[in-house]
This record gives sequence, structure tokens and C-alpha cells, in this order.
Amino acid sequence: MKILVPVKRVVDYNVKVRVKADGTGVETSGVKMSMNPFDEISIEEAVRLKEKGVATEVIAVSMGVAACAETIRTALAMGADRGILVESAVELQPLAVAKLMKALVDKEQPQLVILGKQAIDDDMNATGQMLAALLGWPQGTFASKIEISGDGISVTREIDGGLETLALTLPAIVTSDLRLNEPRYASLPNIMKARKKPIETMKPEDLGVDPTPRLTLVSVAEPPKRQAGKKVGSVAELVSKLRTEAKVI
Amino acid sequence: MTSLVLLDFEGSEIKQPSRSAVAAALKLGEVHVLVAGHGIDAAATAASQLAGVTKVHKADSPVYDHSLAEPLADLLVSMAGHHDHLLAASTATGKNVMPRVAALLDVQPISDIAEVIDADTFIRPIYAGNAMATVKSSDAKKVITVRAASFDPVEATGGSAVIEDVAATAASTMSKFVSAELSKSERPELTAARIVVSGGRGMQNGDNFKLIDPIADKLGAAVGASRAAVDAGFVPNDYQVGQTGKIVAPDLYVAIGISGAIQHLAGMKDSKVIVAINKDEDAPIFQVADYGLVQDLFTALPELKAELEKA
Ligand SMILES: Cc1cc2nc3c(=O)[nH]c(=O)nc-3n(C[C@H](O)[C@H](O)[C@H](O)COP(=O)(O)OP(=O)(O)OC[C@H]3O[C@@H](n4cnc5c(N)ncnc54)[C@H](O)[C@@H]3O)c2cc1C
Ligand SMILES: Nc1ncnc2c1ncn2[C@@H]1O[C@H](COP(=O)(O)O)[C@@H](O)[C@H]1O
Repeated sequence: MKILVPVKRVVDYNVKVRVKADGTGVETSGVKMSMNPFDEISIEEAVRLKEKGVATEVIAVSMGVAACAETIRTALAMGADRGILVESAVELQPLAVAKLMKALVDKEQPQLVILGKQAIDDDMNATGQMLAALLGWPQGTFASKIEISGDGISVTREIDGGLETLALTLPAIVTSDLRLNEPRYASLPNIMKARKKPIETMKPEDLGVDPTPRLTLVSVAEPPKRQAGKKVGSVAELVSKLRTEAKVI
Repeated sequence: MTSLVLLDFEGSEIKQPSRSAVAAALKLGEVHVLVAGHGIDAAATAASQLAGVTKVHKADSPVYDHSLAEPLADLLVSMAGHHDHLLAASTATGKNVMPRVAALLDVQPISDIAEVIDADTFIRPIYAGNAMATVKSSDAKKVITVRAASFDPVEATGGSAVIEDVAATAASTMSKFVSAELSKSERPELTAARIVVSGGRGMQNGDNFKLIDPIADKLGAAVGASRAAVDAGFVPNDYQVGQTGKIVAPDLYVAIGISGAIQHLAGMKDSKVIVAINKDEDAPIFQVADYGLVQDLFTALPELKAELEKA
């Protein structure tokens, strides 16, 4: 069984982004970039399935600027077998990513695609569900546990009230939540090995997809700033302030 | 212009986040709602009473039990012809179903809107809420999820919408509900509570969360947690507040033993009043707290319980 894992290059989760003064976006130049944390979890899950003998090949796909190749290298160092880079000059929104992924699925014929539940830059939480729709496949989103057996997959999902388990037929789409696993660090020998693994590069037009964004970014603004308030000296003072000053209890 | 809002409900109660989604939809024009499930007369009646709603579409069929994404998306697509905007709250169901609907309609979804500017233009948070993006959609239909904390919910009563049955779509052959493990609580739901008390890694273990219980009970509060507390197994996953958990904006948010990472702040910084109790005076949580108490939580919590019991 082949597994496809899309990995997005995003601003590192430790960076507190700044809105550009002219309101055209957020400052990304000179900012540390990393693999989307959820995608690390997806790669880890796919590699574990390969180590268990369930999967035969893990393919990491990244889409965007040429530097996304670095993100693919990270995935290869974690244990993915090969990479595909879809280079695009225009910004790729989830609909375009889903269409490009569909074209790659048609080509590669995987039984499973594991995406992140959400990219921490656009916070869309959409691409996996959209890919499932375009392929006509079932979806197991926000997964905290997956189990493959025969021609099916059982997916435990994090939902508002707790957990639920679904049984899906394969091929299927899974999106990973934080508690699916703890991703490994790539070892130095594996980082070296990853350099020799192949990365194929293509363009959206090679896959027959028009990636034109449907959402135009009009402007970006700072969220309302909160003022740090005051320190209180005791629990008694806190309770009295909440009662008489803030009047919330 | 007519919108269709997919509602989350339980028995005869329309969930508060869905009432917020209706409030967002009302800014766009006429609002119809969709209740889908099996044996849902009570929910349909409740939906018909939502303030501002003119029509309830009722899809009553076992196909919609457990809100599986595949048949629900097909149902919404079958109804899309009559509606310009399709909306749902950013709940587990909304987030699961709406992007699937969007792709079937060849539309780019607009996730988690915090403000409606006009029929095509919306404001939504990006980068864990560290920036607010104004986006304009060029799609003919808009598929939207709504950040409930950003819209005051419509009243549960006062409306008198007509109820109309909709034909069910085919059952999914690809996905099947197996089981659920739902946490039971007598307390209000996190996303609907007026007061939320959350614990973090500083709580040290699940047992210590019992120190929070009497305080939450006294305040009529919901209990939440940071990701660290959930990952460590102190409390179930559905307690998580943050960028990738639940977004809350109560009147009062109390953060106990929580450092205030960007991802946690993303889920609670729109609360009206924030209280932080932390033994580290440099913890980032104090930068957003209206009232900060630098104290060990193991002495502060018993004191807080006693103080609240006084008056
Ligand atoms: C992709 C991604 C998504 C994430 N999503 C979320 C999310 O949705 N929600 C979320 O919360 N986090 C999320 N995180 C994790 C986040 O980055 C932080 O790691 C997490 O919020 C830390 O939790 P914490 O504050 O409880 O723990 P810590 O950062 O370890 O803080 C513990 C605090 O407790 C205090 N403390 C310890 N002992 C005591 C005591 N006895 N008395 C008083 N104070 C004490 C310490 O001073 C410290 O400030 C996410 C991370 C990533 C990478
Ligand atoms: N440009 C991209 N390249 C690779 N994967 C992507 C890209 N955009 C989105 N994805 C995948 O889709 C998931 C969800 O992203 P989003 O829907 O944007 O929140 C991510 O975790 C990735 O797995």
C-alpha cells in the first residue's frame, strides 16, 4: 500500500508573526520556516505504517515556492521514500492544493492520503476534506488513532464531545490531530541518506490544474491588542476585584 | 439573498455555536436552517423558534445519524441551488462537512469567519489569531464556517419559521459510525459557558484537577485545559482550548498553571476578563491577563474555594 502525505512549509510555530506595516500580509522574510506540525505527525504515522509492513512506500508532497524542497527533505529524513514538489508562483489555496493532490492521486494510486488537520499559517482546516470530496473517498478527520485491517481503516476522531470511531473503506483520506503520535527527530545518518532520495518537480499546468486563488486578500490587520492588567496581591483581593470592579462573579 | 445554516443540535436544544452561525448569516439576508438526523421532530421545532429564521429544512433519516460527512455534504449540495451562502458553526461537524461541500461545488471555503463585511467579504483570523485577514471571495456561492465566539447568538425563541421536509440523499457505503466515547459533565459546555476555568501543565496530574471542580461549580463555570494538560492525560481531549482546540470568549476566563503560549492565547484572548494564576511572574499569560496573581496554585486554589464560599 502506497501512502501520500502532503507537507506544507509554514512559519515555525514558535514565531510570533508580525503584520506588515502596509497591511498587505504578515512579515515572512527572515522568519524561520518549518514543516507544518500536523504534517510531521502525518509523516510519522505513515512511516510507522511502513515499519509495521502495512505500507510499502511513503511519498511526501509539498506545494509552493522552490524552498518547499527543504520541507520534503525533512520528510525524507524522517523516513519518507521519495518526494514530489509542485512549484507554483501563485499562492495555493486549499481548493487548488486539493485539485493538485487529486491529480497526483490519480497518477500514484495510493490507498491512503494522510494530511494535517490544519495548516498553522492559514488555519483553514479544509484541504483534506476537499480532497476526499474530489476523489469521492471517505474521510476520517482529526484523527487521534488509526488502524488498518484488510480493505478498511478504523479512525478515532477528536470531536467536540470527546472521541468517536468510524470505519472507512479504503482508499481513504485521514487528517491527523495532535495526539495521533509524537513525531521522531531525524537522525544524522537519516538526514544524510535523505539527500540521495529522489524529488520530482512539476508545475500545476503539468497536472492540468488552474491554481488561481478564489479568495483575494484585501488586507491584513493586527488583532485588537489586550492591555496587560494589574497584579493582585492575594486571592481575597482577586475575588473582591472580580466582584466589585469587573463585576463578572 | 438566502443563506442556509447547518445546525448542530442535541435532543430539542440547538447548540449555541449554531445560534451564533445564524446571527452571522442574518447579516447577509434571509436565513433558512437545516436540521438533519433521525427522529428530529423536537430539534426541528426548536429550530423553527430561533429568532430571525424563516424556514427550517428537515432531513429526517437514519442516513444522517452521527452526522457523517459524506451523506451530509451530499445533502447540502443537493440544496445549494436555492441558497447563495451555506454556513455552519466552526464545530467538529461544521469543520468536517463544509469543506467537503465546498469542493463538491468547486468553491474555496471561507473558514472560521469573525466578521461579515458584505456578501463577498469577510474577516477571518490567520496565524493563530495573530493577524486578521480581510478576504473577498470570487466564487458564486460561499461556503463558510463561523467562529461562534465572534457573534452573539440569536435568541432560542421568538421565531416562527415554517418546517419543510427535504428528501434524504443516499446512505454512505464508504463510512460507518462504530462507537463514541463522550465525556459526560453536568457543567455548561465550554463554548457556551459564561465563565471558563482552565488548568495547564502546572496542575501536575489529573487528580489535581479536582481542586478546580468546586471552584467551577461555585461559579457555574465550564472547565477547560491547555494542550499540555490534555496531552499528559490529565483531562480528555475535548477540554482543549486554543488554536487547534476550542475557541472561547466567556465573560471570565481563569487560567491556572498555564504559561500562555501563542496557541493557547488563540483560543481565549477574546474573553472579556482574563485572570491568570501562575507562580512564574514572567509567564506570558500575564501580558493578556486583566488580573494576575503570582502564587503557587496549590495554595491559591484552596484559598479561592474558601473565598468564593464566603459571600
Ligand atoms: C501545532 C500546535 C498546535 C497547538 N495547539 C494548542 C492549543 O490548541 N491549545 C493549547 O493550549 N496549546 C496548543 N499548543 C501547545 C502550546 O504551544 C503549549 O505547548 C501549551 O499551550 C503549553 O501548555 P501549558 O501552558 O499548560 O504548559 P507550560 O507551558 O509547561 O506551562 C505551565 C505553567 O504552569 C506554571 N506552574 C507550574 N507549576 C505551578 C504551580 N505549582 N503553581 C502555579 N503555576 C505553576 C508554570 O510557571 C508555567 O507557566 C499547540 C502547539 C502546536 C505546535
Ligand atoms: N501548499 C501545500 N503543500 C503541501 N500540503 C499542503 C499545502 N497546503 C495544505 N496542505 C495540506 O493540507 C493540510 C491542511 O491545510 P489547510 O486546509 O490549509 O489548513 C496541511 O496540513 C497539509 O497536509
